[in-house]
Amino acid sequence: MNEKKILPLTGAYAAAEAMRQINPDVVAAYPITPQTPIVERFAQFVADGIVDTEMIRVESEHSAMSACVGASAAGARVMTATSSAGLALMWEVLGVASGLRLPIVMNIANRALSAPINIHCDHSDSMGARDLSWIQIYSENAQEVYEHNLLAIRLAEHKDVLLPVMVCQDGFITSHGVENVGIFPDDIVRNFVGEYEPEKFLLNINDPVTFGPLELTDYYFETKRQQEEAMDKARKIFLEIGKELSRITGREYGYFEAYETKDADVIIVVMNSTAGTAKVVVDRMRADGKKVGVLKIRLFRPFPYEEIADVLKNAKVIGVLDRSMSFGANAPIYSEIKNSLYDSERKPKLQSYIFGLGGREIYERDIEKVFEELLEGKVSNKKKYVGLRE
Amino acid sequence: MMLKEFAKKPRRFVPGHRSCAGCPMPVIVRTVLAAADDPVVVANATGCLEVTSTIYPFSSWNIPWIHNAFENAAATISGVETAYRSWKKKGKIKENIKFLAFGGDGGTYDIGLQSLSGALERGHDFVYVCYDNEGYMNTGNQRSGATPFGAHTTTAPAGKVHKGKEEFPKNLTEIAVAHNIPYVAQASVSNIIDLYNKAKKAFEIKGPAVLVVFSPCTALWKIRTDMAIEVAKLAVETRFWPLYEVENGKYKINYKPSKHVPVEEFLKTQGRFKHLFKPENKHLIEKIQKHIDEGWERLLKKESEG
Repeated sequence: MNEKKILPLTGAYAAAEAMRQINPDVVAAYPITPQTPIVERFAQFVADGIVDTEMIRVESEHSAMSACVGASAAGARVMTATSSAGLALMWEVLGVASGLRLPIVMNIANRALSAPINIHCDHSDSMGARDLSWIQIYSENAQEVYEHNLLAIRLAEHKDVLLPVMVCQDGFITSHGVENVGIFPDDIVRNFVGEYEPEKFLLNINDPVTFGPLELTDYYFETKRQQEEAMDKARKIFLEIGKELSRITGREYGYFEAYETKDADVIIVVMNSTAGTAKVVVDRMRADGKKVGVLKIRLFRPFPYEEIADVLKNAKVIGVLDRSMSFGANAPIYSEIKNSLYDSERKPKLQSYIFGLGGREIYERDIEKVFEELLEGKVSNKKKYVGLRE
Repeated sequence: MMLKEFAKKPRRFVPGHRSCAGCPMPVIVRTVLAAADDPVVVANATGCLEVTSTIYPFSSWNIPWIHNAFENAAATISGVETAYRSWKKKGKIKENIKFLAFGGDGGTYDIGLQSLSGALERGHDFVYVCYDNEGYMNTGNQRSGATPFGAHTTTAPAGKVHKGKEEFPKNLTEIAVAHNIPYVAQASVSNIIDLYNKAKKAFEIKGPAVLVVFSPCTALWKIRTDMAIEVAKLAVETRFWPLYEVENGKYKINYKPSKHVPVEEFLKTQGRFKHLFKPENKHLIEKIQKHIDEGWERLLKKESEG
């Protein structure tokens, strides 16, 4: 454990603080609420000469990710940030970034997708990009945002991974809420993140490489298979780098945080800031003798199926809280949880809940009600909605 | 610059690519690449050039090259160029490198225009070359913002009621000029020394430069495979495609045809304009001629204004 400086920071500023310490070669970004304060803060670091980074103030998110791809293929360490429509506009190039195996790290301040237009938090944006071969890490609070960025840059650039990473935080709730954040000393963090040393890169004019050729029926399939291989390897490497980071921060970076789950009858599965609210409810209900727990997922891509099944299999009932929908199908997290338990001999009952779309508030009492329902064994194969006027 | 010297330049774009018989696009690529003395990194928009030169596991590129997507060659090269500046600043790289983007007219006039505009406005030190074959030729002759008035395409075909494209193309060269960048030029594959000189100038100036290069499509303009250069020459002679450059805002017409050659001479070489020669469509050719003559007058005026 190292001496850390406690600073009052929003989640956005915590991301910018990590970016300051990582000191990427290039940041290409376009403003969008609620991501904007990340790049604003970082732009000030650039303006004040605190970082060496060259910033590209592009004319759209499509060009932001396009320039990131160019810079990363050139051999540079590259970071960016976006939200909602910005991520949607990047969609095409997200697949290029992962397909070209470029270790770009992108902060996401999660926000609802249009229409209707809405600037507040839900997870529709990053969930919509979950199948594009980006690693996805979700963060409960500003402290995690900071630390996940440090982990993400190492994971992305690992030679057996070479995949881009999204570090997600809840828009406004985390991105604009001020918390005490422990920032570790620059030299220790810089020593941890190290330098990016690409093997093949455009600026190496002595070893010319063709990036992004046309692959037809004879090669495309194999290339995609290699991406899956890299995703598989990322699981183990995530834990290894997490352990290394733990030695600096004293915190653990498992695939998830299992909170009071060991003897729990009922477990709620949830991601990002709502996990914090759920833990408060668990503490209170535990004090009343109720066996409840929370599983907060940190690593959503690649998804840790076996490990999650191990935690959940002994509970009686599982409630999965999704902050996005897959219209006409099971919600994204619920779907993965159900998949996880298929191979398990013990199969707890499952209930899918949708909450918080477009920033709709979720209160402790809402989560308590969910726990109570589940303790009574009230489950169905239909989606339930928390905080919705029917 | 003599053609003999040109032939001795290192081969940065090598044979084995699969462009169509008689396609002049590779000539443009080799000429532009030969004009840079420093090493060059290329970004390429999706299109004829990209699909014919990099069919995995083969590549015609003897230099670092990246294809990202259709509409973002300019944004991509701006990322590469920025990475280079960052490394130069940190002393991580010693060599001087030039940055070049290639796009067809679809990837430049249309879907890539925003990306190009952004990169020009930001002032990256790069050269953008649009090889202009006046439509989506890679996907089989669809109408683009560069397609000329009256041309038959599969998406704006000549039929009983409509007579091919009913609008004049936008003027990409003037759009580039409007960004107040140091160098913009219009060139043609028929005038290779002129193209070479323009590419050289574009690489040498600091900041963004744009070249718009006329490149006939033998397959879909419906011309013989040995006719591409001849057709390009007629485009220049009829003033359909004037050769000019704008250096720091100053216009210079690089070639002034000695006599007025009617546009029919250009149009009649190509199957895509065949329907215009029916008696009832005579007025359409007159309209094209008027458009050309007015454009030429405007250009002369801009040149005389300095």
